[in-house]
Amino acid sequence: MASIVSRTRSFVPPKSFRTITESAPMRWTLTTIALGFLSLFLLMPLIAVFYEAFKKGVHLYLATFSDPYAIDAIRLTLTVTAISVPLNLLFGLAAAWAITKFTFRGKSLLVTVLDLPFAVSPVIAGLIFVLIFSTTHGWLAEPLKAWDLRIIFALPGIALATIFITLPFIARELIPVMQAQGRDEELAALTLGAGGWRTFFHVTLPNVKWGLFYGVILCNARAMGEFGAVAVVSGNIKGKTTTMPLYIETLYMEYQTVSAFSLATILSLLALATLLLKNFIEWRSAKSARH
Amino acid sequence: METREKTKRYPARRILPGFGLTMGITVSYLTLLVLIPLSAVFIRSSGMGWDAFWSAITSRQVVASYKVTFGISFLAAATNAVFGFLVAWVLTRYRFPGRRILDALVDLPFALPTAVAGIALTALYARTGWLGQFFYSLGIETAYSQVGIYIALTFIGLPFVVRTLQPVMEDLDAEVEEAAASLGAGRAKAFTQIILPALLPAMLTGFALAFARAIGEYGSVIFISGNIPLRTEITPLVIVKFLENYQYPQATAVAAVMLTASFALLFVINLLQRWAEKNS
Repeated sequence: MASIVSRTRSFVPPKSFRTITESAPMRWTLTTIALGFLSLFLLMPLIAVFYEAFKKGVHLYLATFSDPYAIDAIRLTLTVTAISVPLNLLFGLAAAWAITKFTFRGKSLLVTVLDLPFAVSPVIAGLIFVLIFSTTHGWLAEPLKAWDLRIIFALPGIALATIFITLPFIARELIPVMQAQGRDEELAALTLGAGGWRTFFHVTLPNVKWGLFYGVILCNARAMGEFGAVAVVSGNIKGKTTTMPLYIETLYMEYQTVSAFSLATILSLLALATLLLKNFIEWRSAKSARH
Repeated sequence: METREKTKRYPARRILPGFGLTMGITVSYLTLLVLIPLSAVFIRSSGMGWDAFWSAITSRQVVASYKVTFGISFLAAATNAVFGFLVAWVLTRYRFPGRRILDALVDLPFALPTAVAGIALTALYARTGWLGQFFYSLGIETAYSQVGIYIALTFIGLPFVVRTLQPVMEDLDAEVEEAAASLGAGRAKAFTQIILPALLPAMLTGFALAFARAIGEYGSVIFISGNIPLRTEITPLVIVKFLENYQYPQATAVAAVMLTASFALLFVINLLQRWAEKNS
């Protein structure tokens, strides 16, 4: 469902040249209203992040990044991302291969289940892992206590919640691309004597590399920015289980506005880079579709 | 005939290798990480007894939060349906400098971490903020109020309406509009009689997607809403508060209500998408 927003759009050639349109004053009015709305809701918040971060000078902006808690938060976020993105990459490749290269019963049901993490509130995405792994209320409380394992209020819980939230992105980006490729090229490779893995690495992967690249970058950005789900499972122990978004919240609540926004600029730049890449890939595919 | 069908379909079905492996990974991953964890909410709520469940999901604080969450989400999604339509129309139909950049920026609410959006919107709409000082001088409290929740939910819902409508608008036949014009219909009539009905399924899908996203939203709302009990508490925040007070059964019961609402919406969205595909 939400993949309508996450995935790169394919180029649609214009059906015919449009000769009918609104009158010039009407066009100007509509354009002005649309631009006003977009500036108010999209541009202003983005500008506000950078303005608030640099408001008291570059010096204070940079000081944020020598705060040991901020460094811990950045390190934890990178660790969580390094765990969740590769796992979701493997899953995404497997799911896209199974869904696009074969016909089987229950495929649409499988795709619906794949979409579920999109439909669920991030708070509930955190709660479900608390219900299983909490050492006081979880299903697995007894074995976890017996083995002295901590999942909730620790790194594994944060990673699990992040994996759940970012699970659909790579698969969802790959499925339409692989669907469009069909299976003729793979069949040809197999006929020519290539094995399954060879076919995958030399035929399938090069064909979907841009979609895959964007899927990974998007998954990465979402993993680094996840707030609600992680807030529920992390316990927010400063220096231990505080990720970047959680530390932004902490700083903001402690009235350290400049530091909060300085840390936020990193995640905003990551978001902008993701948008830039998405548009580059769309532009590229539109260019090759026109030729 | 039937045997021909079978021989024709079979090779396409399993000729490529890796079905067992990829299907095995996909199904186990989804079962372990999605299905079992989500089922925990329903299993745990069903174990708490009907009376306890009912009193948990109908307590005064919780009911007030449903009204805030569903009511404001509806208003925000409706705002997005109107302005998202306009934005999609302008971006697909008109050419002006900076169009591509704005088109790219439409995805910003989806790409920007919710906590960042939350503090940025609060900074803008607080009493001393760039936009807040203007609204406050008009007597509208934009931060720490229901208006603030509305602003945050409108922000996060926008891409859903625009991105659902854009491909359908690009796909609209120019000839039908030309025919309407040549038969003497004015632009307004062509719009209400031809264009709007053709775009309605996509518009409703976008509305439903924005609404579904809004009811679960947490990060971008909690900073600007002020979280005043009974007035500006959204349901996801109520769940978090229950958890912080170790009231796990209450948190789980309310989560079951929200999950049911999300699944129902997912079902409606699937129906709408099918309708939209049939219509185009």
